Amino acid sequence: MKDTPLSNCERDFLLKAIEEKKRLDGRQTYDYRRIKITFGTDYGCCFVDLGKTRVMAQVSCELVAPKENRPNEGIMFFNIELSPMASPAFEQGRQSELSVKLNRQLERCLRNSKCIDTESLCVVSGKTVWQIRVDVHMLNNDGNLMDASSIAAITALCHFRRPDVGIQGEEVTVYSPEERDPIPLSIYHMPISVSFSFFQQGTYLLVDPCEREERVMDGLLMIAMNKHREICSIQSSGGIMLLKEQVMRCSKIASVKVSEITELISEALQNDKAARKAGGRCGFAESMPQERITALKTDETPVETTDATERANDIVQRAEAPPQTVPSPVVPVPGVGQVGQQNTWGLEEEEEEDEEQEETRMEEDQDEDEESGGGDVVEISDSEEEEVVVLHPETTGKAKNTGSSSHQQAAAASQKRQKK
Amino acid sequence: MTSSACDTASPRCSSMMEVCEASSVSLREFGCEQSLLSRPDGSSSFVQGDTSVMAGVYGPAEVKVSKEIYDRATLEVLVQPKVGLPSVRERSQEQCVRETCEASLLLSLHPRSALTLVLQVLHDDGSLLSCCLNAACMALMDAGLPMSCLFCGVTCAINTEGEIITDPTAAQEKESRALMTFAIDSTERRVMMSSTKGSFSVHELQQCIAVSQEASEKIFQFYRDSVKRRYSKTP
Repeated sequence: MKDTPLSNCERDFLLKAIEEKKRLDGRQTYDYRRIKITFGTDYGCCFVDLGKTRVMAQVSCELVAPKENRPNEGIMFFNIELSPMASPAFEQGRQSELSVKLNRQLERCLRNSKCIDTESLCVVSGKTVWQIRVDVHMLNNDGNLMDASSIAAITALCHFRRPDVGIQGEEVTVYSPEERDPIPLSIYHMPISVSFSFFQQGTYLLVDPCEREERVMDGLLMIAMNKHREICSIQSSGGIMLLKEQVMRCSKIASVKVSEITELISEALQNDKAARKAGGRCGFAESMPQERITALKTDETPVETTDATERANDIVQRAEAPPQTVPSPVVPVPGVGQVGQQNTWGLEEEEEEDEEQEETRMEEDQDEDEESGGGDVVEISDSEEEEVVVLHPETTGKAKNTGSSSHQQAAAASQKRQKK
Repeated sequence: MTSSACDTASPRCSSMMEVCEASSVSLREFGCEQSLLSRPDGSSSFVQGDTSVMAGVYGPAEVKVSKEIYDRATLEVLVQPKVGLPSVRERSQEQCVRETCEASLLLSLHPRSALTLVLQVLHDDGSLLSCCLNAACMALMDAGLPMSCLFCGVTCAINTEGEIITDPTAAQEKESRALMTFAIDSTERRVMMSSTKGSFSVHELQQCIAVSQEASEKIFQFYRDSVKRRYSKTP
């Protein structure tokens, strides 16, 4: 499905508004949209709302063999899914340019900045390590997917708990959450990406562009930074020339934004931890807004099943009796790969044989005709059955079948004779 | 032959009768939110206990030439797992949902166009397929697509004691002997789709259908309530 194109009027309007320092949603130049962080029912599941942009991250882990050149380091794997739910322009199962760009940027932001202690993920050196997989699903694209996914990914990683393992000699046992408390990952710092969009060849700058603004922008600068004001990655795209002062100014803005967002993330993590400790229900069901008129929730509802049995009985009784089936499969000869009574392949062969037999029989019949001059049919069939039994001595079932067919043949022969 | 068949059938029937009296049947608490995403034409998230699914619908829109059907709309259903890429399991769920939606949607009203339904699994705690069906129906309703009837999904599990459990959790599904999911329409309470796993008798199947029809009443009542709440002046 194609995305709706942006009309020239809209484009001109947006650019003009930006020149007048106005934004569609009433924000100031350096304002972020409202960030909301919610957690799922299980560990390592995180939803991030950045205005209308919505992203879900899920962290999972499994035991794998390490890479040969790094035998005592765990493996980090990032996967950004541009689900068609987020935008009609995204296609299922196709690696688009955007998804490669986002994936690469997330990898640079979280893996190459060494924010996670991969050595602590080693179980047995050179044999087994933990592979941490981060799946980021885009649910709604309203611009700035990168910032939303970087917040979601790092929050999910902070929230995640991996199962504890015990090593006894060569044996590795993974303990379930009931047996031993799961262990959080050791995270040194939290890099967060901040996006800046440039308009009119870098004259105007906006923080956190929305989808409309992204469409008319000339260039994009993404700075990943942690709260210690260390730049983890920096990327400029869109082919725009930036001045040194502009980059410095962006990094200053980024440091302010990052410290705000880090504060928000740690607060959300604290809240969730407290909620889980209190033993209350937490998760997606609980985070559903109750005050909206588009949302409704019911309590557990019992279902009356008193008449279900009667109705079922009724239907079963009214239904026709099932056709008679063979009580157990018939295997003709031990060692033959056939279930059931007749094999069509065998039939064809037999028919061929029968034809041959028929020819000989015809001759015999003629002989007998000459001898007895139209003798009894039953006698002939009897004699033939004996012949067939000799031909197939291994099975009684087959003999019966061929016997019956020989009856038919005998009848046919008698018919022929009658025609004569 | 006939007498032996009757002999095997009758004790099974009587044992079923005894068992089903004791089973307690209920649906977990369920909830729904509609039009929660800005980009799709219709969206919903459906929650059953801890299981939750988000659905988004796009369309009717331009269709690819290769997928065009001259007299009706092409419906594409995508199920996105939470971890990893879609596999055979997701494909089979997609097919179940697609066939149900195709039966209820009036696709001939939008010839040569495309409808896309995307289902994102948010958490799986059993009865996932029925939750997908419910989320799909709510999203189609939100998108305002013409439908001949609504539908809902009900999952029944038969445990080792032969009791029927509706809307089972993941743990109950694991212990169950048979698992059945039915899509039931709102007009005549007929079965639109069934997906079963495990072994069960004809009698048990009929019993599960009867229970699901009973449970579908509750879900359709919930649909009605949520629409009423949405379009009322005083929530």
